[in-house]
Amino acid sequence: MNAEERYTPLNWPDHPETQTLEGKNKFLGFWLFLAGETVLFASLFATYLALKDSVPDSSHPLAKDLFNLPLVFAMTMILLTSSITSVYAIYHMRNYHFKKMQAWFVITVLLGAGFLALEIYEFTHYVHEYHFTFGSSAFSSAYYTLVGTHGAHVTFGLCWIIALLVRNAKRGLNLYNAPKYYVASLYWHFIDVVWVFIFTVVYLIGKVG
Amino acid sequence: MSSVAVKKGLGASVWEYLTTVDHKKIAHLYLGTGGFFFLLGGIEALFIRIQLMKPNNNFVNEQLFNEIMTMHGTTMIFLAAMPILFAFMNAVVPIQIGARDVAFPFLNALGFWLFFFGGMFLNLSWFLGGAPDAGWTSYASLSLRSEGHGIDFYTLGLQISGFGTLISGINFLATIINMRAPGMSFMRMPLFTWTTFIASALILLAFPPLTIGVFLLMFDRLFGSNFFDVTMGGNTIIWEHLFWIFGHPEVYILVLPAFGIFSEIIPTFSRKRLFGYSSMVFATVLIGFLGFMVWAHHMFTTGLGNVANAIFAIATMAIAVPTGIKIFNWLLTMWGGSIKITVPMLYALGFIPSFVIGGVTGVMQAVAPLDYQLHDTYFIVAHFHYVIIGGVVFGILAATHFYWPKMFGTKLSEKMGYVTFTLFFIGFHCTFFIQHFLGLMGMPRRVATFLPGQGLELGNLISSIGAMLMAVAVIILLFNVVITSIRNKKVGADPWEDGRTMEWAIASPPPFYNFKQTPLVRGLDTWWLEKMEGKKELTPAEPLGDIHMPNNSIIPFFISLGLFVAAFGAMYNPLNSVGDGKSWGLPVLIIGLGITFGSMLIRSLRDDFGYHIHKEDLLEDDKGGKVG
Amino acid sequence: MKFGRLSFLFLLLTLVLAGCGEPFLSTLKPAGEVAETQLTLLFISTSIMVLVILVVVIIYLIVLFRFRRKKGEENKIPKQVEGSHKLEIIWTVIPILLLLSLSVPTIAATFKLGDVKDMDKVDKDGNREALVVNVRANLYWWEFEYPDLGIITSQDLVVPTDEKVYFNLKASDVKHSFWVPAAGGKMDTNTDNENKFYLVFDKEKADEAGNLFYGKCAELCGPSHAYMDFKVKAVSRDEFNQWATAMQKNKEEVQPTSDLAKQGQEVFQANNCIACHAVTANDARPETARTAPNLADFGNRTRVAGILEYNEENLKAWIQNPEKFKPGNQMYKEANLSEEELDALAEYLMGLKVQE
Repeated sequence: MNAEERYTPLNWPDHPETQTLEGKNKFLGFWLFLAGETVLFASLFATYLALKDSVPDSSHPLAKDLFNLPLVFAMTMILLTSSITSVYAIYHMRNYHFKKMQAWFVITVLLGAGFLALEIYEFTHYVHEYHFTFGSSAFSSAYYTLVGTHGAHVTFGLCWIIALLVRNAKRGLNLYNAPKYYVASLYWHFIDVVWVFIFTVVYLIGKVG
Repeated sequence: MSSVAVKKGLGASVWEYLTTVDHKKIAHLYLGTGGFFFLLGGIEALFIRIQLMKPNNNFVNEQLFNEIMTMHGTTMIFLAAMPILFAFMNAVVPIQIGARDVAFPFLNALGFWLFFFGGMFLNLSWFLGGAPDAGWTSYASLSLRSEGHGIDFYTLGLQISGFGTLISGINFLATIINMRAPGMSFMRMPLFTWTTFIASALILLAFPPLTIGVFLLMFDRLFGSNFFDVTMGGNTIIWEHLFWIFGHPEVYILVLPAFGIFSEIIPTFSRKRLFGYSSMVFATVLIGFLGFMVWAHHMFTTGLGNVANAIFAIATMAIAVPTGIKIFNWLLTMWGGSIKITVPMLYALGFIPSFVIGGVTGVMQAVAPLDYQLHDTYFIVAHFHYVIIGGVVFGILAATHFYWPKMFGTKLSEKMGYVTFTLFFIGFHCTFFIQHFLGLMGMPRRVATFLPGQGLELGNLISSIGAMLMAVAVIILLFNVVITSIRNKKVGADPWEDGRTMEWAIASPPPFYNFKQTPLVRGLDTWWLEKMEGKKELTPAEPLGDIHMPNNSIIPFFISLGLFVAAFGAMYNPLNSVGDGKSWGLPVLIIGLGITFGSMLIRSLRDDFGYHIHKEDLLEDDKGGKVG
Repeated sequence: MKFGRLSFLFLLLTLVLAGCGEPFLSTLKPAGEVAETQLTLLFISTSIMVLVILVVVIIYLIVLFRFRRKKGEENKIPKQVEGSHKLEIIWTVIPILLLLSLSVPTIAATFKLGDVKDMDKVDKDGNREALVVNVRANLYWWEFEYPDLGIITSQDLVVPTDEKVYFNLKASDVKHSFWVPAAGGKMDTNTDNENKFYLVFDKEKADEAGNLFYGKCAELCGPSHAYMDFKVKAVSRDEFNQWATAMQKNKEEVQPTSDLAKQGQEVFQANNCIACHAVTANDARPETARTAPNLADFGNRTRVAGILEYNEENLKAWIQNPEKFKPGNQMYKEANLSEEELDALAEYLMGLKVQE
C-alpha cells in the first residue's frame, strides 16, 4: 500500500509512524534534532546559572523577590497534563481512531495555550510590578531568555499541532501523516521535560536557594 | 513536477539549480559558492600579508585591517571550508552507502540556501558601513563596543548560516544510519562516510552552544540585554566558554572529513586496502569525543585557575594519540603498496608531514605554562594554519581533483595540478613556518602593523612572499577549472582505474537516481571486491523496479530569503545599540519572519509524495549521465 | 624529494633561529625564572615532538622511495593487508608514554607559575613582604599602581630585579592581555575579575637588554591594538627604592622653572588636561576617574604614547593629532593648539621629573 492510501483499524500497523522509509527517517531525524535542542537548552541553563545572582545593585530584584510558586506550580500541572493528553492522542493514532486522536490533540492545544496565557500574565506582572524587564540586569536577561525561549518553543509547538489538525481534518489518518503527528508529540514531550528542569533550576532553586 | 527528460536552456538550468533537491546538484552549489568564498578569503589573506610585509605599513588603515583579518577567518572557516566539505559529503556519501539520495532532500536544499543567504548577508557588511572587526572569535567586551553594524552582520549572518549547517548535520546522520544498502554494516562503510558521520554528530552537538552565544551577543547589541555588560552584572567570560565549546569541536568538524578524504585517496593510489580499518574508525570516534573535552585550552591565560589549566592541558595532549594512530595507519597503508603519484596522491603526501608539524605544535601548546608565552602570538597563527591548510585545505584540493570526474564527468589537468601543488606547498611553508619564530620573538597576533627595531622585519617579509606564491597557485587552479570545462573531455565511471568504493562503479556523473537497482554490499571496499572477482558491475540487491524520487521545490530558497530579510529588520530595529534604528526595522523583521514561516506553512499544508521513475524508462536510460 | 629539502630547512632554521630575536623582547632570550621555566618547557616539548617527527619522516621516506609503482608493474596488485594488532598497540602505547612524560613538567610548572599565595604574606608589622603592582589595562594605555607604596604611574613599569614581582591584572573597558615576552608568559586583563601572577627579572639579563624590556598588549582590543606597547624598566632594588621614594615625595606638583614651562602649565590647565591626567604620583581619585595616563615623572619616560621615540617633536605631534598615531584612542582626535602652545606644553611635560 502507498503511504497516502487509507487503511482499516484491522490492517493498520501497530507503529504506523515507522512503517515507511520517510517515517523512519523523520523518527530518527527528530530524535537527533532533540539531541541538539538538549545541548541548546543546556547552554541556556549554564548561562542562567552563571548569571542568576548578577544584578548591578541591591535595588534590582532577584529570584527570591520575584517568583510566585503557586502560579508556576499551576503552569507545571497544566503543561504536564497536556503531555499526558498528547500520549492519549498517539494511543488513538496507533489504533486508527482518527477523531479521538484529533480530540485529544485539541485538548493538548487548549492546555498548552493555558500554560502560555499564564506565562504571559507572569511576565507582564514582573514588568509592571517590579520593573523587571529584559534589559534590567544580567539576571533578568538570562531569565527571560531561558524561560522565553522555552515559551517560544511552546508557541511553535501549538502552531505546529494546530496546523496538523487543520491540514488533516479532511484527509484523515494515513501512513504519510502518521509520522507527522508522532514527531509533533515527541516535540511536545521534549518541551515538557525542559519545563520540569526550568521549574526546578529556576523557580525552586530561586526561591529556596 | 520533474521528469526524466532534459531541458537545456540557461533559464531552465538556473531554475533547476534554484529548486533542486538532488544531493549531486546541491554538491555543485556548495562547491561553487564555497569556492567563491575561498577566493574572497584568500584575497583577504593576501591583503593581510601585504600590509604586514614591512613595519608601519599603511597599505590598509588599522580599522580596515581589523575588518579584513576578521572576515578572513570567518569567511574561510564558515563560508569556504565547511561548505566545500559539505559539497564532497553531498557528492559522495549517499553513493558510497548505496542510497539514492540523503534522508531529507528538501532539508538538504534548505541547508544550502541558508548558508548562501547567511554568507551573502555577512559580506554585505563591506558595503553597508563596515565588516565585523573583533576577530572571528568576536570576544564579548570588544564586540559589544564595536561601532557600526559590523558585529551585527556577524551575528545575524552566522546565525542564518549556522541553521543550515545544523540541518545538514542531522541530514547526514539520519542518512548514514537509516539508508545504507543491504549488506553495508557500519564496519563496512568507507572511511569518508565514517568521518562524515562523526563530523555530523559533532555539528549537531557543537553548533547549539554557538547559536546560544551568538543569540546572547545579538540580544545585547540589538535588544538591550546585559549578558556581557559588566556594569549590569554581565560576564564576558561566558562568551569565551560558549564560543570555544563550539570552537574546538569545530576544528574537528573541519579536519575529520579531510582525514576521510585522505583515507579514500591513499588506499586508491597505493592499490592497497586501508591498514587498520577498525583502528581508524575507533580513532575517529575518539577524536570526536575528546574534541568536546578540551575547549578551555583556548583560555589558558583567561585566569580559570591552576587546576582547570592542568586538567585541560592533559586532556588536550590525549587527542594526539588517536591522531597519531591515524598517521601511522596511513603510512602503513602505503607500505608494501604500489604507489602512483597522481595529483590527489601528491596532496596526500604533502598532507602527512605538514599536518604532523601542525599537530605537534598543538601538543606543545597543550603545555599550559608554555602556552602562556605562545597564546595570542604568531606561534598560534602558525599552528592553526599548519593544521587547517596542511589538513583541511590539502584535503579539499585533493578531493577537488579526485572527485571532479564523479561530480562533473571531466578530469582536471594533472600537469596543471602538479604546478598548483608545488607552488602552493612551497608558498604555504614559506608563509607559515617562519611565523612560529615570529611568535616566539614577541609578535602578538591580530596586529595591524608592527614597529621597527624589534627584530620582526625579516620574518614578516618572508611570510608575505610565501603568500604571493600561494596566490599564484590558486590562480593556476582556477585556470585548470576553466580549461577543463572548455575542453569538456568526458571520462568513464572509474577514471582513476583503482576506485575501491561504490561511487566509482557508476557513471561519471551518475544518473540522477544514482543506482538502477540498489546494490548488495558484500564486503568492505565493495567495488574493489567486485572488480577483483572480474565483475563489471555491482551486484544488485533487488530486481529492477520503479524508483521513488523527491520533487524539486523553490520553498527552501524562500525560507532562507525570509530570514535574510528579517535580519535587516533586526539589525535596524529601534532598540539597537548603534543608535541608528529605523521605524521600518520592526515591520521588516516581521515581514521577513512571515516569509519564512509562511513558506514553511505552505510546505506543510501540501502533500508531497514525490514521483516515480518507471521501470521501462530505466531500461532505456542505459548510459546514464545524460539526465539531470 | 620535496620533503627532504623541507626537513633540512627545518633543522637549519631551528639552529639559526633558536636564541634569536631581541633580548628585550624575545621569549627565546629569557630574562627571568618564569621565562626560563617556559623556555625549558619549549625545549622539552620540542625535543619530544622532533622525535615523533623523525619517526614519521623515516617511515614516510622509506615508503616514498621503496613502494612507488615501477615500470612494468602497471597491473600488479599488492597484497591487501588488513592491519596489525601489534603495531597498533606499539603506536598507541609509545605516544601515551611520551605524553605522560610531558605531562609531569606541565603540571608541575602550572602550579609553580600559578602560585601566588606569597602575595598576601605579611611581616611582623603587618606589612606586605612582596612587591605588588596593580595593572589596569585601558584603551590604549597601561596604568601601574603600587598600592603598598601609594604611587601610580603609567606606560613605563618600574620593577626591581632578582625578586618576584606580583601583579593584579584587570581591564577598565575591553579585554586586553599583559605580556612581557622576555620575562614570562602573558595573563589576560579582564573586565570581569582580577587575575594574579608573578614575574621575575634577572639582573644580568636586564643589564644585557639595556634595562628596558618591551611589553605588549596580547589581546585584540581595537584599531590601535598594535600600538599598546608598554616598557619595563628593570633596575636594582636600590635604584627601585630610590625611584619609589622620589615618587612618594611627589605629593605636590613639581613646579615648572622656565618661563616656557610655566606657559606650558597654563596651557595644560586651560585645556583641562588635569581633568583626566594627574601630574602627581599620589592620585587619590577612584579608578573610574583615572581615565588617562598618570604624568608624574613624564620627563623620564622612555617613549611618547608608548610607541614613539621620546623627543620634543614626537611629543608635539602626538598632542596635536593623537588620532594619527593611535586611531580610536580615547583622548581626542585632534587639538588645535598653536605652535607656540605646543612648544610650551612640551617643555612643561618634559620637565615633570621626580628625579634626574
